[in-house]
Amino acid sequence: MALPIWLFILASVIKSAIVLFVLLTAVAYTVWLERKVVGHMQNRWGPTRVGPFGLLQPAADGIKFLFKEDLTPPHVYKPLFIAAPLIAVVFALTSISVIPFGNDVIIRGYRIPFQITDVNTGLLLILGVTSIGVYGVALAGWSSNNKYSLLGGLRASAQMVSYEISLGLSLVGVLILSGSFSLRDIVNAQGGYFWGFIPRWNIFPQFIGFFCYLMAAYAETNRIPFDLPEAETELVAGYHTEYSAMKFAMFFMAEYANMITVACVATLLFFGGWHSPFGEQAWLHAHGAPGLLVALLPVFWFAAKIFVFLFLYIWVRGTLPRFRYDQLMAFGWKFLLPLALVNLIATAIAIAW
Amino acid sequence: MVPLSYYLVLSGFLFACGVAGFLIKRNIITIFMSIELMLNGVNLSFVAFAAHWHVLAGQVFVFFVMVVAAAEAAVGLAIIIAVYRTRETLNVDQVNLLKL
Amino acid sequence: MVSVHLILFLAFGAVCVAGAVNLLAQTHPINSALSLIAVMAALAGEYLLLGAEFVAAVQVIVYAGAIMVLFVFTIMLLNAGVEERTKGSRVAVLFGIPGMLLGSILVGWVVLRHSGTEAVVAGALPGDPKVIGQLLFHEFLLPFEITSVLILIAIMGAVVLASKPATSPAGKVE
Repeated sequence: MALPIWLFILASVIKSAIVLFVLLTAVAYTVWLERKVVGHMQNRWGPTRVGPFGLLQPAADGIKFLFKEDLTPPHVYKPLFIAAPLIAVVFALTSISVIPFGNDVIIRGYRIPFQITDVNTGLLLILGVTSIGVYGVALAGWSSNNKYSLLGGLRASAQMVSYEISLGLSLVGVLILSGSFSLRDIVNAQGGYFWGFIPRWNIFPQFIGFFCYLMAAYAETNRIPFDLPEAETELVAGYHTEYSAMKFAMFFMAEYANMITVACVATLLFFGGWHSPFGEQAWLHAHGAPGLLVALLPVFWFAAKIFVFLFLYIWVRGTLPRFRYDQLMAFGWKFLLPLALVNLIATAIAIAW
Repeated sequence: MVPLSYYLVLSGFLFACGVAGFLIKRNIITIFMSIELMLNGVNLSFVAFAAHWHVLAGQVFVFFVMVVAAAEAAVGLAIIIAVYRTRETLNVDQVNLLKL
Repeated sequence: MVSVHLILFLAFGAVCVAGAVNLLAQTHPINSALSLIAVMAALAGEYLLLGAEFVAAVQVIVYAGAIMVLFVFTIMLLNAGVEERTKGSRVAVLFGIPGMLLGSILVGWVVLRHSGTEAVVAGALPGDPKVIGQLLFHEFLLPFEITSVLILIAIMGAVVLASKPATSPAGKVE
């Protein structure tokens, strides 16, 4: 049954509040996860003092950022200096609004999807928001009135704009297989099995596309091995040199929120979203399991897959050295873009056959 | 319901602002941006007519306008960089002699 | 009869008008660039009101997210400063602004007076990607291919024009 307008608005507000709260907590604990995992890879403990296993470290960091002195250097261009981290954070958090977390749930006869809004062109919205997020970086670098920041900002935005193309092209293969831009339709097209036991996830026909997407996403989010623009040893701190306290924390949050969004999109497009590889969801649904279990099990699988992606991100960060800038741009334009095009042509020919 | 003429008036106003910017501004990059504003006004007019006559070709034509705008922006900005390298100025009033 | 469609049209239209006027009023090119980005985002909203969802998304991705980034890059690289007021610019403002206002009022009056009052229904013509793709690749295939060649030429031209001039042999130190 369709929702009346006031109930729709109420449900949307509640969903937005829950998703925002969960996302911000996830951002904070991704920082904790990264410090722990990188620490263990480097044969040390990571945060252990604040709370058991250092679990309250993000809270301590938050309090620290709130109390630090928010210094605005005298010669910066003030309007853009203040606006740039806001742009970065707002657009990093916006793209979570079209991500479906699970199936529809039926409460008292009303069908409420586990998604804030199911837009017809959801994937394009995510790409658009990524494109606008480049401005946060570019304007931060320019407004800081500092040559290291300017160079870091220019390099970072040039890198992000270059890898956006490969990002978009790597997703077109998935679009050809699913036939729709809506994220829910793409996940629904991945139900079922090949030959009865291999799940029909898009990773299996589209492994080249997945590799391109992963590389392009690492470069978009400015993570190692592509993080030259913000490396401490290279350009002081790149585009966020002049930022302190809360504004710096906003850039930080934006970077980790982008990581989570990339992990969500990779899960939805290539790993079947909330479908489990064992197929127990259909069994439970048919055998009348309690509604709460049926509603929350897909969310659990979705969260598990995102966790695997975040762990992969952090694992790569702890392992690989970073690219030099010319190697980075050459990789994006001369290797990744032709590879994504080849993937697209091969997929199109395979479908047209 | 919004009459078609409202969309046309908005599109005309954007175009007029683009023309005005082209005429009164002296910084060459701002002149370029006024050209982009003109193109955007025209795009709005295309999409409004496509919705009015129920012909989808209007929206397809917007793509072509965007592609041409992108190509023109790329080449134009490269020309601006080349002019800046030789003349050291971005003010069109000072780029008024063929010889340096 | 005020409908939600009209309110949204006026809201996005107000942002467009404010951005366009701000582009003319600001002296620093970076402020003009940011107002132009605001105009483009509001135009994307207008396209959504007209049902062109794919065009709106492409407007944000290509126009506001790539072409304007190029403009912002150039402003940052060339360190463009505030415009100076010269004699030529004062004359242009004196004649240009009233002339533009007169022309646009004239056109607006003609359009509002003599056009029919049929309304554009919100979302009357759904421009979903599938239908646009079919049009683009069947009826408009030749323009599509020509524009791809055009982009290739533009890329080559931009690379050549913006590259540093090669040092001449006379510049070598003996």
